[in-house]
Amino acid sequence: MTAAFLGMLQRLGRWGLSALERLGRGTVFFVYVIGGFPEILRRGRLIVAQIYAVGALSLVIIVVSGIFVGMVLGLQGYNTLVDFGASESLGELVALSLVRELGPVVTALLYAGRAGSALTAEIGLMKTTEQLSAMEMMAVDPLHRVIAPRLLAGIISMPLLAAIFSILGVYGGHFVGVTLLGVDDGAYWSQMQATVDWYDDILNGVIKSFVFGIVVTWIALFEGYDTAPTSEGISRATTRTVVNSSLAVLGLDFVLTALMFNK
Amino acid sequence: MGGYRRISAPDQPRSARMQNNNKNSSEPLVRIRGLIFKRGQRAIFDNVDIDIRRGGITAIMGPSGCGKTTLLRLIGGQLKPLSGSVRVDGIEVPRLSRRALMNLRKRMGMLFQSGALLTDLNVFENVAFPLREHTPLPEAVIRDLVLMKLEAVGLRGARGLMAAQLSGGMARRVALARAIALEPMMIMYDEPFTGQDPISMGVLVRLIKSLNEALGITSVIVSHDIQETVSIADYVYILSAGKIVGQGTPAELAGTNSQWVRQFMQALSDGPVRFHYPAPSITEDLQL
Ligand SMILES: Nc1ncnc2c1ncn2[C@@H]1O[C@H](COP(=O)(O)OP(=O)(O)OP(=O)(O)O)[C@@H](O)[C@H]1O
Ligand SMILES: [Mg+2]
Repeated sequence: MTAAFLGMLQRLGRWGLSALERLGRGTVFFVYVIGGFPEILRRGRLIVAQIYAVGALSLVIIVVSGIFVGMVLGLQGYNTLVDFGASESLGELVALSLVRELGPVVTALLYAGRAGSALTAEIGLMKTTEQLSAMEMMAVDPLHRVIAPRLLAGIISMPLLAAIFSILGVYGGHFVGVTLLGVDDGAYWSQMQATVDWYDDILNGVIKSFVFGIVVTWIALFEGYDTAPTSEGISRATTRTVVNSSLAVLGLDFVLTALMFNK
Repeated sequence: MGGYRRISAPDQPRSARMQNNNKNSSEPLVRIRGLIFKRGQRAIFDNVDIDIRRGGITAIMGPSGCGKTTLLRLIGGQLKPLSGSVRVDGIEVPRLSRRALMNLRKRMGMLFQSGALLTDLNVFENVAFPLREHTPLPEAVIRDLVLMKLEAVGLRGARGLMAAQLSGGMARRVALARAIALEPMMIMYDEPFTGQDPISMGVLVRLIKSLNEALGITSVIVSHDIQETVSIADYVYILSAGKIVGQGTPAELAGTNSQWVRQFMQALSDGPVRFHYPAPSITEDLQL
């Protein structure tokens, strides 16, 4: 009994230590990569290519999801509001849900699945096939040449993707609420304009997606860089990227929301 | 090959200048003393001394898994020895700062066993990569340089292919073109001959020889293709089980009566070098 308990405690301790150790290495990695930003910023083409890979190629899934999430919001919101005779507040409900929460969070989750896993697999494969090692031997620092532009691209892309998601969601809600269910068109937009605050809602939403962009891209790149150089290692790292970054997004969302929106 | 202007040598790191960079040709370019390196409990190198002469072709041979690739990584500063000294051009590699190491590496080329081409670039861009990273050369000059390097390895026509579209042997030759792009003072070839057909094998042997002779590039060849290697090497080291078991010029080795050397040079499976990775006896393992 006590032996089993001690064993459990021991495992917990070991897990905790290794998690801490990884966090430490991940932090050093992050700081070092950031150190490559000045150099990379002077080579815009590297960043643009990565913005295309992580941002533009994620557009399809973001566009489709944005429209559908907005449509569902319109439907659910209408059904609830109509009972209170407040269906003209639909625009406010849809916009606030999207800008504050769903836009940044769902975009980050989709981004983790689409771009994050791809980044991990790409970097992991580059490591496994000794490409990173070869770069080092060519006196090129892979953390600056390969990782830094990807991190920067992720940080730039995420707020843009979240904005696109929210805008399309608003139109999705408009389509269901106004076009299909007959909410007044003018009320939909004017309620939205009257209540959505530039600073409290939009800027906070942008800050959230910015933070998520950093965290998800960082996790994806570190998992790739830290992968065991085998095909099994890559597949495990890819899974870990999706799981860890999704958990990180949801956890951070709570923390950020608590900090931003408590009145 | 050497008809165009040599790319100016990258600026020397401070530490290199301070350490009284000794260019006299009697001092070996790479000087390894008392090298000890372990993987876990297993000593890959146990007190190894190696000299790589300036301007020569030195071969490192030994059975698979004896640590040949590891040795090249130690010379290139990607691994640090447990103890001992690894000096390249008078510079103690394990003690270099990251920046100084990068500067030293600009003067070393390494041909990886797997080629290690960048898979998101095509053949041309792979060879152009070190030039673009380290020189401000205009596009037209880069193009000429790259095409000349590709011509040297017989793959000028393959410039548009992606790395994934090459065979293993072709990838190795592109990697060689990339390794010589900056015209380093030394090139380390990790198994350059494996996977080559007889024709490209002959071409490679001649290419390594002519790079060495025409440009004076010091060459280190790691290989177990005995005939090809011995045909161009000036000096040969034979490694086994963490030790140097034989060394000398090819002629000296051919005349030796050391059992280790004879076993390796004549490819006998029986002898002091064990073919097997350390293991319990086969009868024990199969529970007979
Ligand atoms: N990352 C590593 N972790 C642990 N052990 C390693 C690692 N890399 C290599 N080794 C061990 O070090 C030894 C030497 O490896 P190395 O790659 O240098 O051999 P090699 O002489 O190049 O062999 P080959 O001719 O097959 O290429 C091997 O026995 C291998 O088991
Ligand atoms: Mg090897």
